[in-house]
Amino acid sequence: MQILGIAGSLRAHSLNAQLLQLAAANLPDGVTYAAWEGLRDIPPFDQDTEETPSVAVATFRSVVSSADAVLIATPEYNGSIPGTLKNALDWGSRPGATNVFRGKPVAVVGASPGAFGGIWAHEETRKVLGIMGARVVGGGFSLGKAPERVAAPDQELLGQLRDVVETLVFEATARVAAA
Amino acid sequence: MSTLSETRTAFPTGTWQVDPVHSTVEFSVKHMVVANFRGGFDAFEVTVDEGGIRGTVDVSSVRVSEPNLTGHLLAPDFFDAERHPRLSFASNAISIAGDEVVVDGELTLKGVTRPVAIKGSVGGPVTSFDGSSRIGLELETVIDRTAYGLAWNAPLPTGGFAVGNDVKLHAELELVLAEVA
Repeated sequence: MQILGIAGSLRAHSLNAQLLQLAAANLPDGVTYAAWEGLRDIPPFDQDTEETPSVAVATFRSVVSSADAVLIATPEYNGSIPGTLKNALDWGSRPGATNVFRGKPVAVVGASPGAFGGIWAHEETRKVLGIMGARVVGGGFSLGKAPERVAAPDQELLGQLRDVVETLVFEATARVAAA
Repeated sequence: MSTLSETRTAFPTGTWQVDPVHSTVEFSVKHMVVANFRGGFDAFEVTVDEGGIRGTVDVSSVRVSEPNLTGHLLAPDFFDAERHPRLSFASNAISIAGDEVVVDGELTLKGVTRPVAIKGSVGGPVTSFDGSSRIGLELETVIDRTAYGLAWNAPLPTGGFAVGNDVKLHAELELVLAEVA
């Protein structure tokens, strides 16, 4: 059972990348984690080339396809999804009927220095994923005041991450069983 | 035209199976509050016999005019076709008076089974070109899609939601009498 982590920020010391690392360090037995770090290499979405994409896009689609579930941790930029992440999801959404996110269990979490943790971005990301056909699972959360919380994670935060990972595993297991 | 009996209280005896070419199973729902949006399903089976009315619909055969919308309808936001590939109906009680039909039954959709009350009409039987005996059956009911977990929606800028909760299901069925082996 492999979970793919996607951080919606390119920043070297991204709080959201750190949040994913915390999740990766506290996995249930039998679960592996892989981080996708190709967000910077994804070109602007171009419907003319959606069937003959760049290597970066093809790789992105491949790693999502191979994963049993996806955990996205994203910041909020100007009240919504970072453009880079939305752009990657647009590539991932094509072709519509058979895109690699279709039926894939996906959870959305995120961290922000502000009080609300980037909740608008997380709600928007869940909406986008739902329209793409992903199985957006519950348990996602928006972590406010994140620099302190991520630097010294308490049991509450680790428990939230563990819960969301276990929800992904539950849904991915159900999908495998139904196949 | 009809060959109905004013005193009929039951379907004609025998096992009647749907002729899919001459039958439709469709839905309509309010869109943007003001308009009716229609779609349908291309793959379905219906049987009428002494046990009542039973039907299944292959959810993946949902038909609307926009391919991207088809994808969304099949996704977990709506039908979740991967986990719930079929919807089904089975009658519990049928009341027939002349050409009027009232059916109480259970509709299973997205893993949820709920009672539904259906009204409709029956016509025939009539003998077709090939000698087969046929009846017509028109059925209609309204369900609350959110009760079955099809809860996606989007708020409109000035109030209301993009998609209504009440969905009208409408079936126009031509049924053929199965030959006795």
